[in-house]
Amino acid sequence: MIYNILIGGAAGLGMETLALFLEKILKRNGFEIFVIQDYMSRVRGGHNFFQIRFGNEAIDSHEDTLDGIIALDQETVNNHVNRLKSDGFVIADEETNIVHKNAYKLPLKSTAKEIGKAIVYGNIALGALLSLFNLDLNGIKDIINEKLRGEVAGQNIKALEVGHKMISGKYYLQAERKDDQILINAHEAVALGALASGLKFYSGYPMTPSTGVMNYLAARMNDAEVIVEQAEDEIAAINMALGASAAGVRAMTATSDGGFALMSETIGLAGMLEVPLVIVEAQRPGPATGLPTRTEQGDLKFAIFSSPSEIPKMVITLRDPEDAFYQTNRAFNIADKYQIPVILMSDQFLADSTRTIKAFDFRKIKNNRYLSTEAYSTNNEYKRYEVTDSGISPRIIPGKSADNLVLFDSDEHDEYGHITESAKVREIMHDKRLRKMTYLKEELQEPLFVGDENADTLLVTWGSLSSPVREAVRLLNKDCNKKYAALLFGDVWPLPDKLLIEKEKNIKELISVEQNATGQFASVIKECTGIVCDNSILKYDGRPLSAQEIIAKVKGGESM
Amino acid sequence: MNKNIFTNIETAWCPGCGNHSILSALKETLNILDKKPHEVLIVSGIGQAAKLPQYITTNGLSGLHGRAVPPAAGAKIVNKKLTVIVNSGDGDSYGEGGNHLIHNIRRNIDITHFVHDNQVYGLTKGQASPTSDVGFITDIQPNGSNNTPLNPILLAIALGCGFVARGFSGDHEHLINLMIEGIRHKGYALIDILQPCVTFNKVNTYQWYQERVYKLGDEYDTGNKLLAMEKSMEWGKKIPIGIFYKEDKPDFHDKISFLKEGLPLVDREIDFKKIYEFMNDFR
Repeated sequence: MIYNILIGGAAGLGMETLALFLEKILKRNGFEIFVIQDYMSRVRGGHNFFQIRFGNEAIDSHEDTLDGIIALDQETVNNHVNRLKSDGFVIADEETNIVHKNAYKLPLKSTAKEIGKAIVYGNIALGALLSLFNLDLNGIKDIINEKLRGEVAGQNIKALEVGHKMISGKYYLQAERKDDQILINAHEAVALGALASGLKFYSGYPMTPSTGVMNYLAARMNDAEVIVEQAEDEIAAINMALGASAAGVRAMTATSDGGFALMSETIGLAGMLEVPLVIVEAQRPGPATGLPTRTEQGDLKFAIFSSPSEIPKMVITLRDPEDAFYQTNRAFNIADKYQIPVILMSDQFLADSTRTIKAFDFRKIKNNRYLSTEAYSTNNEYKRYEVTDSGISPRIIPGKSADNLVLFDSDEHDEYGHITESAKVREIMHDKRLRKMTYLKEELQEPLFVGDENADTLLVTWGSLSSPVREAVRLLNKDCNKKYAALLFGDVWPLPDKLLIEKEKNIKELISVEQNATGQFASVIKECTGIVCDNSILKYDGRPLSAQEIIAKVKGGESM
Repeated sequence: MNKNIFTNIETAWCPGCGNHSILSALKETLNILDKKPHEVLIVSGIGQAAKLPQYITTNGLSGLHGRAVPPAAGAKIVNKKLTVIVNSGDGDSYGEGGNHLIHNIRRNIDITHFVHDNQVYGLTKGQASPTSDVGFITDIQPNGSNNTPLNPILLAIALGCGFVARGFSGDHEHLINLMIEGIRHKGYALIDILQPCVTFNKVNTYQWYQERVYKLGDEYDTGNKLLAMEKSMEWGKKIPIGIFYKEDKPDFHDKISFLKEGLPLVDREIDFKKIYEFMNDFR
């Protein structure tokens, strides 16, 4: 059983804290949770909401229909009440204008005033909600005491207690308590994955929706002894990271959309200098300012081709928080092994959706720096750009050895890094760099296959849409005669094509599912394999595509 | 390749170019400071001056035009043991890289920035630079440059730079002394070096500079910021060279305790257990 609750109100009403309390208590009761956040690009006011789906079975997506609403203002009622299921409920202040058979109009605001803190009226509503689901207040008191102190904590708890008595229980839902669960979003997972990979330097320029990566790292800066530096612009951010990496540490930057455009020249530089670099690109609907707090997958081709000329690079798209953690570690290892830029792609949907997952298994983390252990001497000189069969030159850290110097050169250069205009050397060095792509292809991870082995219809998708597509396939196979399957791509460049080529032979219809207007992934598939998708399900209004929407489009055959 | 001294390597600069003198002054400076080649990292952007890392046997990084300072900053932050020097031109440092100059002075990272300032673009063949004088005629400024020249000395002082100096490529000994002081200074040091471009700047020639430059004397107080600002505005018939302003203050590393103490970041191991415990944030 899964329930879907919306908490809505204006920014500045403490909704984030309220949602966090609810998420934590549901998690500690053993429920699976999937939360999405919808907010406007403003600090105060506007209409913002959280949708919290929870239950005792797997949840991979958000859902549009609601079981309940906590309305902290009138606008929440106006905007969302029509999304309630027939037996859904609303909890709101007694003065809210609302016509609904299951409306709990409670004295939230007046009671909050009696408690002595107007803003705790949300907690009163939360207390009522917990009571409705027959959940006690024991756990949530601990959570409040972890987050708040002193009188404020007391007022928050008091508000919950009062609210809890206002409604009696109606829903019974039980789950087994699990100790090894965490509640996390993909950007926190990227940050934690980077720290586990030995990140020592992060520089970034704030830009929604990428900022979550920097926020978590900055909170851990002193404990983890990692430099988190706010750069003067995105060009500085990536160039500082490049300098730190050239000097020998693992370094990363994160940005979005237009910030990524500013970084693109330096992505080429990293390819030319052969300096490892991990770049997180959190997509939002662009171009220009676009919809800053919304979601899109519009930068796929831009990321793949994000450099002047031709360089070896890898693009990994993140599917969910669990994937984000392990793929970040893999990105650092691949960047170090091939001395190339690796781009990790996420988006606002991933950045702002929090979910319960199995705690990360740190034993799976591998950190190999791939540094040269060779003893160089006058007879065996170190050459930064030594031409090798793999295209990978031995890497040493500047300053570590008295006999060996490292010369990184942005000009075309010879094996020592010395500038050259020789046609022959240009060919040799360009080939050397691009040869790394051949070996990189051996590292590729094929997409995840989900659904029926004998499916007629195969959906292909990438990155954050993997979760809703996975849920859609599960539900479609439950209640349709036709059988469905999906390939969920993480690696997209170079494109792992073996599984796609194999599966495509036995199906009737191939549909790409993407959050962009032009079917960019379908186009990449066509370029790399010659396979043409029969149809596309595309969405580009800035709002995340849900499993239900995918199902409707697949069933309705309106997939265009 | 002999790496024990800062070897002579054939350059692609014009005969008579001020860059030769700056390069040889830098080599002498590093010798005097007893720096070993592997202890030094010279970072540049793109331009004629920015070819310098090619012509000296130290570690080097030639990056993108205008972007010399950010990688230098990143490298110094993670390896405080490296002597990090930026050598780049006026277009690179003050034009395309202006934003990075401003903000790295604010960061006060311990790097020394030598700007080869010939008041003209060399690599792209003779356009006006941010420091070109008003009226400077070029192929694409046929009516002369209309823009107010950037005053790097005044700008750096105003930004709180702890070491601001001007040198002249024609005064080798004086330049070496500035370089020594600049590298010794803990924090961001900006040294603007006047140099002739014998090919593209027929106005600000060796002789032009020679007639105008004079040294700030021993009586000049390098700790007086207002005086320094006043001096920095002197340009024309007389051009002062020397240290305009000097102030010791905490640098980037001093302000972050885990950076200040202990090994350079590049030499530190991951505390895996600690990172594992961070996961409790999400339980």
